[in-house]
Amino acid sequence: MSFNPKHILGIKNLTADEINFILDTADSFKEINTRQIKKVPTLRGKTIVNLFFEASTRTRTSFEIAGKRLSADTVNISASSSSVVKGETLEDTAQNIEAMHPDIIVMRHSASGACDYLAERLNCSIVNAGDGTHEHPSQALLDAFTIRQHKGDIKGLTVTIAGDVAHSRVVRSNIHCLNKLGANVRITGPKTMLPPGLEKLGCEVFSNLNDAITGADCIMMLRIQHERQGKTLIPSLREYSRFFGLNDENLKLAKKDAIVLHPGPINRGVELSSSVADGKQNVILDQVENGVAVRMALLYLVAGGEKLQDE
Amino acid sequence: MKTLIKNGRVIDPANKIDSVCDVLIDSGVITEVGVNITANADETIDATGLLITPGLIDLHTHLRDPGQEYKEDIISGTRAAAAGGVTSLTCMPNTTPVNDCLAITKYIISRAKEEGSANVFPIASISKGMKGEILSEMGELKAGGCVGFSDDGVPVVSGELMRRAFEYADTFDMPILTHAEDLTLVAGGSMNDGPVATELGLKGIPWVAEDAATSREIMLAEFTGGRLHVCHVSTKGSVDLVRQGKARGVRVTCEATPHHFTLTDEAVRGYNTNAKMNPPLRSQEDVDAVRAGLADGTIDAIATDHAPHHYDEKNVEFAVAMNGIVGLESMLPLSLNLVEEGVITLNQAISLLTSQPAQIIGIDRGTLGVGAIADIALIDPALEWEFKAENLQSKSKNTPFSGWKMKGAAVKTILAGKTVYSR
Repeated sequence: MSFNPKHILGIKNLTADEINFILDTADSFKEINTRQIKKVPTLRGKTIVNLFFEASTRTRTSFEIAGKRLSADTVNISASSSSVVKGETLEDTAQNIEAMHPDIIVMRHSASGACDYLAERLNCSIVNAGDGTHEHPSQALLDAFTIRQHKGDIKGLTVTIAGDVAHSRVVRSNIHCLNKLGANVRITGPKTMLPPGLEKLGCEVFSNLNDAITGADCIMMLRIQHERQGKTLIPSLREYSRFFGLNDENLKLAKKDAIVLHPGPINRGVELSSSVADGKQNVILDQVENGVAVRMALLYLVAGGEKLQDE
Repeated sequence: MKTLIKNGRVIDPANKIDSVCDVLIDSGVITEVGVNITANADETIDATGLLITPGLIDLHTHLRDPGQEYKEDIISGTRAAAAGGVTSLTCMPNTTPVNDCLAITKYIISRAKEEGSANVFPIASISKGMKGEILSEMGELKAGGCVGFSDDGVPVVSGELMRRAFEYADTFDMPILTHAEDLTLVAGGSMNDGPVATELGLKGIPWVAEDAATSREIMLAEFTGGRLHVCHVSTKGSVDLVRQGKARGVRVTCEATPHHFTLTDEAVRGYNTNAKMNPPLRSQEDVDAVRAGLADGTIDAIATDHAPHHYDEKNVEFAVAMNGIVGLESMLPLSLNLVEEGVITLNQAISLLTSQPAQIIGIDRGTLGVGAIADIALIDPALEWEFKAENLQSKSKNTPFSGWKMKGAAVKTILAGKTVYSR
């Protein structure tokens, strides 16, 4: 098959075949990252703007490296998400950038739906690098890539996602992605962090971490951002860690060969004990490494995919 | 000047009339309603196949005048009303400055009288500046022409002030219109809390934010003996609370908007900012409950919450878009659709749009009785047409119904005997 989407806005509207195609494409790019000369001419002459309205180190660097290894010209813009306050709307900001003819805008924004909004109004391709608490498709794809790398087929695996689901775009993209690929998705966290309707998205919801991870093949721990989420959702990090943190003890409830994922950055001693964070079962750095290959695949496909090679 | 309207189906719930007959208007007043009226009229209108009803009454609009005329003003807002068959409306006090004093009230009324296409009955604020601290001068505001009090959009937080508002307003036999919302439970939400919000990653406004506030206001009305009108009920719980309050004898009435009985929160998908309003579009269960409330008489009026906003205020990220939609020009067909779907009868619909709202604010409109001022809507219930935002009379075009196929429209709107709109 061939798959050359105009935009990557989220996982929800992708099919399982399209997801697998992206992962297969990422597989073929992965090797480039370990070469002596880590660069191919695939996207030579293409301009990619990384438009980040929210702070990001990992995702922005990963997209930038992905673009550069494909020989695209990458430009990073860190804009204040308070452009509305400054008097310039998101549409105006984006149109100014588009007037300089980029081929792809990779955007992160604090508002859910911001990427859909731009895709309706601009002519260039939009790749969603995280919009509010809506979607973070490249993260879910690199998670799936990493699970596939360690477990082979994702179909039939039990994947537990634990933490602040209400405020996580990573979760939403992962629920769509893992369900489409045939995994059993379990969700757990304190009830203050579980929004309504998760069952409708195809998840089994647990309020007890131990129940949720018993027999799991993969455990994905979410970052707790106590300062951002307000003080009403959990009383303290200490209490959170005690009831929803993953440690050597409760990890034993999962399958022996279970892997531990985390979108990063991790809070040692909060959602993950240091021993788990440094343990043999964690694949967190694999996720980071695979992120570059997956983002290379996304940029390549959005830019035209096979058509590029014909030219 | 005499006008004779002939052979229409007169529906006048205030006088319990539903029959084909004629209506004679002389000098802006209805002088006769009956079969085969023979009079030397200056103008004769053939209303065969049309409904002759009292001009519609909308208990809830925002005319944005004074202060936000880039969204709407009294001229454009009342023109939109006329196009929707509405001859009387109230306007909420959240203008700039707030309508909390006689000067603003007088400005609104005189501007509407001089240049408007509908009667405008101002609602003044409960508290000065809508700050929730000091009561407005309700006695003087009533004398100036206000018909009720509301801090619409900025609910009064203090239970003590709300208690005193009920007591003080009732001193002057005036109702309190409440936008029932516990802001601490809204907590920054931008759409209905539920599966759609979860999927879209938008912070939800739970139904309990409305129900908790509705509950407090009903209890305060019960406690004080004051008169309460609950604006735009949108949840099953609020409808139930009003129903229970009425059964206990509390002096409570309420209204529902066409969008809350027509759309669910599914309309937000695609981050459609024209489906963003407050209260938000709710679940199907809530829509069903609002419809049931209209059918069994719990809900007393259909009102629009007409909330014009400039294109730029809606052409933004969903979370920062302004709340509200225009409604004056879509209220009638969406209400008639409830009749088409068998939810309410035609007589109920006209009653919800005319005599019942008139009663709530105590105005001498909403009737075709002999001697009444001739505010009349001629409605073609069978007319099929496409609702288009760009055709609206309102300055603002923020509607989720653009492109909808509608059935039923006002073809002529008569204000005190004078035609203010013809289709």
